[in-house]
Order: sequence, then structure tokens, then C-alpha cells
Amino acid sequence: MAKQVTLTIDGKQVTVPEGTLIVDAAKKAGIDVPVFCYHPKMEPVGMCRMCLVEIGRPVIDRATGQVVKEADGSPKVQFGPKLETACTTPVSEGMVVVGASEKVKAGREDILEFLLTSHPLDCPICDKGGECPLQDLTMGFGPGESRFIFDEKMRMDKHVPLGELIYLDRERCIQCGRCVRFQSEIADDPVIGFYQRGRSLEIVTFSEPGFDSYFSGNTTDICPVGALTTADFRFGARPWELNNAASICSQCPVGCNITFNTRREARSGGRMVIKRVMPRQNEAVNEIWICDKGRFAYHFTEGGGSGNSERLTQPLVRKNGELAPVSWDEALQVVAERFRQAGSGLLTLAGGRLSNEDLFNLRQLTQGLGGQTALYTQMAGGDLVAQVGVGQGTNFADMGAGSAILVVASDLHEEAPIWYLRIKQAVERGAMLIVAGARPTRLEKYAAHVVRYPYGSEAAAILAMLNSLSAKRPNLPEPVQALARSPELQAAAKAFAGAQNGLVLYGSEGLGLEGSQALAQACANLLISTNHIGRANNGLIAVWQRANEQGAWDMGFRPRTDLAEAMKSARVLYVVAADPAGDDPSMAEAGEFLVVQELFLTDTAKLADVVLPVEAYTEREGSFTSGERRVQRFYPAVPEPAGLKADFAVTGQIGQLLGLDLEARFASKVMLRIASQIADYAGLDYVRLAEVVEQWPIVGRGDVYYGGTSYENSQGLGVQLAPAAQRGAAVPLAWPEFASQSHSQQASAEGLLAAPINRLLDRGQTVWPSTLLHSRIPQPYVALNPADAAVLRIPSGAMLQVTLNGTARLAAAHLDENVPQGVVLVPRSMGLPIFGPAPVEIRRAEVVSA
Amino acid sequence: MFTEILRGLRTTFKMMLEKPVTVQYPEVKRPVRRRFKGRHELRRYDNGLERCIGCSLCAAACPADAIFVESAENTDEERYSPGERYASTYEINMLRCIFCGYCEDACPTQAIVLGDNYELSFTDRRQAIYGKEMLLVPVKEGGLPTPQKTEPGKFNRSIPEMNNPD
Repeated sequence: MAKQVTLTIDGKQVTVPEGTLIVDAAKKAGIDVPVFCYHPKMEPVGMCRMCLVEIGRPVIDRATGQVVKEADGSPKVQFGPKLETACTTPVSEGMVVVGASEKVKAGREDILEFLLTSHPLDCPICDKGGECPLQDLTMGFGPGESRFIFDEKMRMDKHVPLGELIYLDRERCIQCGRCVRFQSEIADDPVIGFYQRGRSLEIVTFSEPGFDSYFSGNTTDICPVGALTTADFRFGARPWELNNAASICSQCPVGCNITFNTRREARSGGRMVIKRVMPRQNEAVNEIWICDKGRFAYHFTEGGGSGNSERLTQPLVRKNGELAPVSWDEALQVVAERFRQAGSGLLTLAGGRLSNEDLFNLRQLTQGLGGQTALYTQMAGGDLVAQVGVGQGTNFADMGAGSAILVVASDLHEEAPIWYLRIKQAVERGAMLIVAGARPTRLEKYAAHVVRYPYGSEAAAILAMLNSLSAKRPNLPEPVQALARSPELQAAAKAFAGAQNGLVLYGSEGLGLEGSQALAQACANLLISTNHIGRANNGLIAVWQRANEQGAWDMGFRPRTDLAEAMKSARVLYVVAADPAGDDPSMAEAGEFLVVQELFLTDTAKLADVVLPVEAYTEREGSFTSGERRVQRFYPAVPEPAGLKADFAVTGQIGQLLGLDLEARFASKVMLRIASQIADYAGLDYVRLAEVVEQWPIVGRGDVYYGGTSYENSQGLGVQLAPAAQRGAAVPLAWPEFASQSHSQQASAEGLLAAPINRLLDRGQTVWPSTLLHSRIPQPYVALNPADAAVLRIPSGAMLQVTLNGTARLAAAHLDENVPQGVVLVPRSMGLPIFGPAPVEIRRAEVVSA
Repeated sequence: MFTEILRGLRTTFKMMLEKPVTVQYPEVKRPVRRRFKGRHELRRYDNGLERCIGCSLCAAACPADAIFVESAENTDEERYSPGERYASTYEINMLRCIFCGYCEDACPTQAIVLGDNYELSFTDRRQAIYGKEMLLVPVKEGGLPTPQKTEPGKFNRSIPEMNNPD
């Protein structure tokens, strides 16, 4: 533990670790030192001069090195001649800080008077008005009036879109640089910067498209004025009119804690609607940040929009070939009767965006009837994560020197931006990062070691690392044998094995079910062999494609490699929160009877015999299990729409009609059943998930000036589950049957292999309804190496006909040197049916004359 | 006794000759006092632009929670008020309103004023909610109705020094 230092701030004795800045020490003691440019998550710069205080230090006798005492025995304190910045000065023993003197008060008044000379004071129309540090600090510390002439104020542009997502008001900017520093220090996307100097200083963006960063929304939270606002919320409401509801982001496995701000809206017919998404502090998950997908892609819950994104409002049953609205009683009766007849012929197919409670009920129902369950995903390995997953207490913030992080087959910047952010910070604290990938990704910039393998050899590459450490040598495929001899891979393996803590994140880039299962096993072997299991900050994390796939594995769901056949042979197919027909038209041939439980009339729902409409996760309670196996609870943000039920309730009611004992009313009671039946979840209930502890820095209370407008977490930090290895279970090594097919066997006649990649902003059902993001989502495309394109005579940007799994689709050609030769990168959820590596045929599409 | 009757009638006859205190409402209406607080009006500038910028401060100040405001963004193609923001929805529930005038005090553009009209009667509760179209005053001569198509850059400030913008 760091050395403790005791100092006095405004007469209050404070003891803090050495190196703490005065402004933080004061915050801990509950004393406000006003700041604009300082932010507890960033390096201090001392630009705004708002934090000026009087600082006195004890006088040390040079001869003796002892503190000089006053006549009464107290240490003699020497104050500096001028005010000093509290945000750049670290504490020292015996220091005396005075923030409540007349001199300091005058200093603060002058700074505020100066700032306001160029501030437009259009608070009535400013989105920040009401949660604005400049407003608050002016009220608290400012002068009553200004000596400057109103007409001499700076006049600058008020409406500057920095890209499609963020607007800048140049007049309101007080030049604190928080946004610029956030983008360069924290996000490492230095796409905005200062231009000009002095009073003419402006914030500009120099990326194309403007403000091209996945973290841009966070700058609006930390902006101490209304200079940066989001296009999504712009003039949506005043902050004091908004209600808030704690929730969990459902877009990726990080499980960022968020707060939905809601308001009753006349435009929406008087309904309660979500107006914006704000981050909620959880220092172990997302700190106080969220990515732009989490912030802007919530619109799918609202329905509306075009295509399939209209929300379903009532149950539909196919009558005379048409889907006709019926009552819930009728629909449930039909479904229950069919399920009874089907018995063991029931196949329940669930998607990873369902909550734990939904998945548990689905599993109970299906098992009760003797049927089978399947998880609709393209990534496997959740069973291994439950065994050798990260230990309880894992927090990226605790990783620094002595920790090794291995990221394999995942582009974290695209798949889980907040993990990218936190790993980057861990590296800056001294952690060692190894990135193994088939192509360069953003994270490699921070990697100490980069392992490059050909697509298809993901698991083999990890086993090659393991081989270099021990004598065990499974037969490695040809391309990896050379790799195994490379000094880079050996050095990486050695570094990983030698680290005190070792953590592996594996993803699904270029992989399908078999490949990712093999990779997960290879990663597990590496962790077991190097003894990086069963402790905090050690273990395996899966970068899932959907928020709660880990929860689905924990509830007993497993993906099936023979899904298409199983679907065809099932007597009754029960599809929940999945759209196989929309992803791949060849999956459209379902079994005899199809029940779809969904938010929207998806392509699969259009084929269904019964469609059961459900509540979005914003309209109900539940819990998700994140990739780090943290179970987190979400609360209803808007009232449940009439005529809809939660997924677990629909399943529960069907079960009750069939005489099964299922909970259909309260999500909290389903959680109690989960806790009693699933060992990993033992002892959990909603009360425990809602527990909070004091977090640092202090954000979201009365003091928006300090941490920004992120919300304080008072509704639950969640509970991280202990993996089997931590509970003392023996975890054996198992050797995966990896990469039985080499590249040439899998590739098409042209020698091309399609490898799936994941993009943050795709055309998925939960992203596309947010029209604001459309400008950031490219047209369907495939990426290939310029050399391959030259052979096929494909110019950049040409329209291609891409044939995958027997389905032909149009896509644009992106030429990219980083794509390995012989490989075509196909983004998932972009309209092209790709599930795993597959042969692909591409040819130029016929030019359609307009 | 007769004299007593006459003495009593004297007041009656005297009053018959004086000007009456009552007026024949509703045919005749007495003008209200200068500081009378009647039904609200949303005022316009001379050029027809709405003064209201949709800031919701009236709603925040309202002790009876009678006002509901929703705002949207102006463009030069479709401009309702000066500056970037205007009220797309403005409702006052007259059954809730206590005519305290705090909304007037809160308004940064003097858009909402309590007018002279005191004749508020409704036959059901919904009627008591006055929308923006009922509260907005008519456009004066020389002004244009909103939304207006305006010259870019001319009306880019929401609070134009409290005067009429030209």
C-alpha cells in the first residue's frame, strides 16, 4: 500500500495515499474545489485556473531537517506568495490548504467573470442547462455581476456538426480541453483538436467522416458546458424533466452499466419514451464510459422505423395461410397444445439477447417436455469459460505490471470497445499485451508481442504457444509449424507464462462453432498449463457476439453444429429472439410447426404459425451475465406496453398450461429458482445484485463539475461468479481436434475462403432501427487483398456478386492490404449469410443500367 | 310613520338617479386592471416569429405543474422562432393553473404573458388543456405566419437582446 500522507484542507484533517492531487484529496474529504479542466480520469493540465487555492507547507530547518515549530508547538507553515492550482499539486505531509479564504474567493470570481465574458449565456436553450458545471460553479463561486460589456462578447458559430453524432457550439466552449484530452489520452482517437490560439481558439475535427470515434459520446458527458451535445438528444428535453432507470447495455458482452433517461412525450402519443442513454458508474466494468453503439443504438426498443423494425403488438396465429391477430389465451392454448403433441419433438432455439430468467424458463419448459434446446450463435466455448473463466474480483483496472493479457481472434475495438479501452489503459499501467490475429487490428499498437497466424489456424497458434513452453506436442498443421518455430511466438508464450496474472480474451473472428470451441479449448489449456486460473485477474473471457450468450451457456443452452437439420426434423420449432431465416434464407425451411417469440415481425416470424409478441428489455426486469461472468440486473425504464408480456412470462404461462411448475409472474422469483438449481448462481437474488459499494471517483451526485454527467451507481454493481477452477474443481486439459481442414480444403474453386469478421455498427435488428447511425454503417461489403482483386480484375468499390452457402448477394468490394491473400473478409450481420469460414465465390455483378 | 317611509325611500330615489355600479355582462364588459392575470398568451415578434424558444423554464417554475413543453430544432427553411430551438408542443392545463404568473417571470424572452381573458369554461377536462395554437397570438400586420423561410445566419440567436429583431 502506498505511503499515507496527512494534510489539512480548510481545517479538516485528511489522510490520503502519497501522490494524490489536492483536488482529489479535498473531494474525498467532502470539500469542493471547483474545477473545469481537471477530470479524475485524466492527467491534470491546470489550464482553467479555477482550482486555485492557498497552499502552505511546513517550514523545514535546513540544518536539522526537522519541521520548525511555532512558539505554541505547532508546526510553522509557510504559504506561497500566490495562489496555486489544486489539480496539479500532489499532497505532501503537513500541507495546509485553504480554499475558503477571501483571496481564493476573489481568484475564483475573477476566473468565472473572465470565462463568462465569452460565454453566450443561452442557458435557456442549452442542452446542458440544468446539469452544467459552469452554471453550478457560477452560482456557487461566481461574481454577482460582470464588469464587461455584453455587446463585446465573442460571437462564434453556434451550430457546427462535428460529424453526424456530435454537435459543437463554439461560443459555449470554455477551452478546457477535456474533449481533446479524452480523445487523445483515453480513447486514443485523436480526431479532434485545438485550432488557433487565445480567444480565437476553436475545437475542430480532422477526420473523415467528422469526429470518427466510437467513444465520441463520452465527450458530451465530460464537457463542462454545453459546447458538445449529441445529435440524438438535441433539444429533446431539459435534464430536470427526465426520469432515470438503471439498466445494462444489451449490445455486447461487456455489460456496461447505463441509465435510461425517460420522459412522457406528446410526439409519441403521450407514451413514456427513452430520451437518452447515459453511462452509470461501475469501476469494474465500464468505469464512467460507454461506446457510441450503447449510447445511440437503443432505438430498436421503440419500434417504428422501416422494414421489419415495427414492434409486434398482439399475438398472431396463422389462419387460412395468413397471420391473424388473436387473444393471448387463444395463442397460448394453440402453442401449448402443439407443444404437448410434440413432446420430445420440440426444439427450442434461443438467441443471446435474452435475459437469464427468459433462458432459464425456456430450458425448464423444454426439458419438462423432453425436448431439446439450442443456442443461436456462431461462437462456442461457454462451458470452458464457466470452468476457467476469470476469477471473482477480476477488474481490468487492477491489471498493470505483472499482468499479461492475450487477445486472440478478436478485433476488440470493433467487438467490445470498452474492453479495448480498458486493456489499453492496463498496458499504460505496465501490463503486457499479446495480440494474436490473422490481420492487423487497432489493439496491436499496444501489444508487446504480435502473433500472426493464417485464418483457420487460431487454435493451432495458441497450442503452438503452449508447445513452446512444454514438451507436449500435438500434431500441428503445416502453416503453424513454421509459426511455432518463430521467435516472436516463443517470446510471447514465455512472457505469458512468466507473468504473475494471465488473462485470455478469445473471439470469433474467422471462426464458426467448431473453430471457436477448439480455440476456447486451446486457450483453456494454455491457462491451465501456465497456472493462470482460479484467481482474480486470471482466466478466460469470451468476446461473445451478443450480450447474454454467457448466461445462455450457464443456463444450459448449447449451440448445435447440425442446427439446420435439427430445425427441419423438429416437430415443433420454438424460436425466441433469433432470426435464422433472416440471416440465411436456406434456414427458412422449418419443421412442421413454427412458434416465434419476438419483438419484431422478422423474416422467421413471417413464416411462423404462431407469433408471440414480447416486451423489450427496457420494459421489464431481468439480468444479464457479462463476458466477465458478472451477473447484472436491469430495471424497467418505460412502462410495459399493453398487450405484451415478458419472454419469461410467456414461456412460464405456456408451461403452466402444460402442467409444469414454472414462474410466470416475477423475474425476481425466476432468479431465486436459478439460484437454487444452477450451482454457479447459488446464493444470488435481486437484492444481492442491487448491492453497491462506494466507488472512486465520485460522480453523478450534486457535483457534475468533477466527473461529468455520468450517473452514480446506486442500483447495483452486480455479482461476479466464481468459475469452477476457483471453487476448487479440478480442470483437466483436453486436446481439441483443431483445424482438421486446411485452408485449401475449405476454399472455393477460385481458392478463396470467406472469413467472418465482426463490426461494431452493423445492419443487425438491434442496430439498424437507430437511423442516426446509418451514416456510420457502410453498404454491405467484402474486403479482399488487392493482389487477389487484381487476379479477379476487381477494382476497388466494384459491386460484386458474393455466393456464400448457396446464397448470392450483392456487396461492394473493399480492397485492403491487411487482408491475407486468398481470404475474403465478410462482416457478420451485414446482409451476407456467413456463419463460419466457408468457401466463397465472387464475381463482378452485372452492371444494372439505371 | 309616513315620514319614516319617505325617509327610507329617499335613499332609493337618490340611487335611481346615480350611475349604476353593475354592468350588463356579457353584453357589457368592464376593462381589467393593468396587473390583472388572465389566460396566458404566447407572443410573437413583429415579424411574426414566435418569442417562445421552448426552454421549459415556465414549466419548471410552475408551482401547479400545469405547463408541458416539448422542443425541436429550427432550420432556416422552417423557422418558428429566432435561434436553434422552438417549442413544438406547448400545453397549459387551465384546470391546474393558479394564475400566479411565475411562468411570466421565468420566461427569458417574455414570450408567455398572462393576458386579459378571464372567460375560461370547459365542458370536459380535455378542453381545459390549451395547446400552442390556442395560446399563440395572431400575427400582426407586416408579419408572416410561422414556420417562415428565413435568410441563413440572420436569426441565429435565441435571445435577441429582448428587442424585436428586424
